[in-house]
Amino acid sequence: MTTTTDAPVTSHKLVSVAEAVAHVESGMTVMIGGFMGCGNPHQVVEALCAKGVTDLTLIATDTSRPGYGVAKLVEQHRLRKLYASHVGLNPAVATQMNAGELEVELCPQGTLAERIRAGGAGLGGVLTPTGLGTPVADGKPTVEIDGRTFLLEKPLRADVALISGYKIDVLGNVWYRGTTRNFNVVMATAADVVIAEADHVVPLGAIPPEDVVTPGVLVDYIVEGGVPGGD
Amino acid sequence: MATDRAPVLDKASLDKGTIREIIARRVARELKDGDFVNLGIGLPTMIPDYLPDGVRVVLEAENGIVLAGGCGAGEESPYVVNAGGQPASCQVGGAFIDSATSFGLIRGGHMDATVLGALQVDQAGNLANWIIPGKMVPGMGGAMDLVVGAKHVIVAMEHTQKGAPKILPACTLPLTAVACVDLIVTEMGVIEVTPHGLVLTEINPVFTVDEVCAATAAELTVAEPLGSML
Repeated sequence: MTTTTDAPVTSHKLVSVAEAVAHVESGMTVMIGGFMGCGNPHQVVEALCAKGVTDLTLIATDTSRPGYGVAKLVEQHRLRKLYASHVGLNPAVATQMNAGELEVELCPQGTLAERIRAGGAGLGGVLTPTGLGTPVADGKPTVEIDGRTFLLEKPLRADVALISGYKIDVLGNVWYRGTTRNFNVVMATAADVVIAEADHVVPLGAIPPEDVVTPGVLVDYIVEGGVPGGD
Repeated sequence: MATDRAPVLDKASLDKGTIREIIARRVARELKDGDFVNLGIGLPTMIPDYLPDGVRVVLEAENGIVLAGGCGAGEESPYVVNAGGQPASCQVGGAFIDSATSFGLIRGGHMDATVLGALQVDQAGNLANWIIPGKMVPGMGGAMDLVVGAKHVIVAMEHTQKGAPKILPACTLPLTAVACVDLIVTEMGVIEVTPHGLVLTEINPVFTVDEVCAATAAELTVAEPLGSML
């Protein structure tokens, strides 16, 4: 093993985008990182659409804006169920909801993050004050802890998580740029298979250990891709 | 530098832009130097323009920026957006964080204030601002966490919806959270939510107390003395 940055970029985890999306089958539950398209794994989403999978359950904080990133899965009718905190900027969601084509469970954004974190951290659920007294609490148990009431929210996991990082080394260690950390960080922990799209695949040692946000042990497959208009 | 007082106008000159400015200016005076603040999209994003001299706040974008800033033309990056999905920046001294950390800051009592709009507010401080069943179902985004977690929750909104009161005895729309609102700032005045109901503490002098009460469906107690919000 070498720790120099001029080592050749080869990795048993590095696969083509087509090979990566072969792990996603119709009917699966898929998590996709990103916020309004920022931090979506854009090339993987594109390939998923091209592959023709349907009836997916998608867990994502939002459905982006028309034509950008994860929005395409909605627009191409690939989803049967959606867990999200915000769908208002992608009109296709309301259209498909009203047509009875897409089931949507709206979840407060912070609760969604913690449910996924719990799913990835081996916890049995989340106790949160968020959502008490609102439709979010309907049908869910409450728990009293030291005189305060909390809502019990269940963990979320997926068959496959699709995440995105700017620099990913050959072992799958991820460095995120700007605001692209968002849901990618928790989603990398909460799926049976984790596919990470890199703007740049870099040699071992190119990311100092202190700067690794998602450790490579969580990542099963790496693909080269990147955001349109990125550098 | 902007002065922290809005000019006194007559009712006829209260167009949409002026109304928004009056509200933003008044909310700006609620924020203290160093406060860690989350501003909702729309009107609340105008507030930093009207902060009094010497007051600087640390803005959060809940998708992952502490000390968020704007973005000049030509500086847009597909890697940095704010909570509205618009191009943004992180100022020197700030941090990029993930969503679980961000909402930990929000829910964990680390945030001094949040300012956001409302569809309805009621006299118990209940807030409805995320759904009109059958009409508008955008989702709550981060609003439910923000109003539960921030130490001070300020609603900044127009007093009525085209004349129909938005400040009610009890919200009729599904709630965002229960008893969460501390202060309501509109173009007509400033209303505190207290254990004894709503108290009009300041008024826009172009309106009379009777006019404010008529535009408010909830019962208002009028503070004595009643200040000017301008």
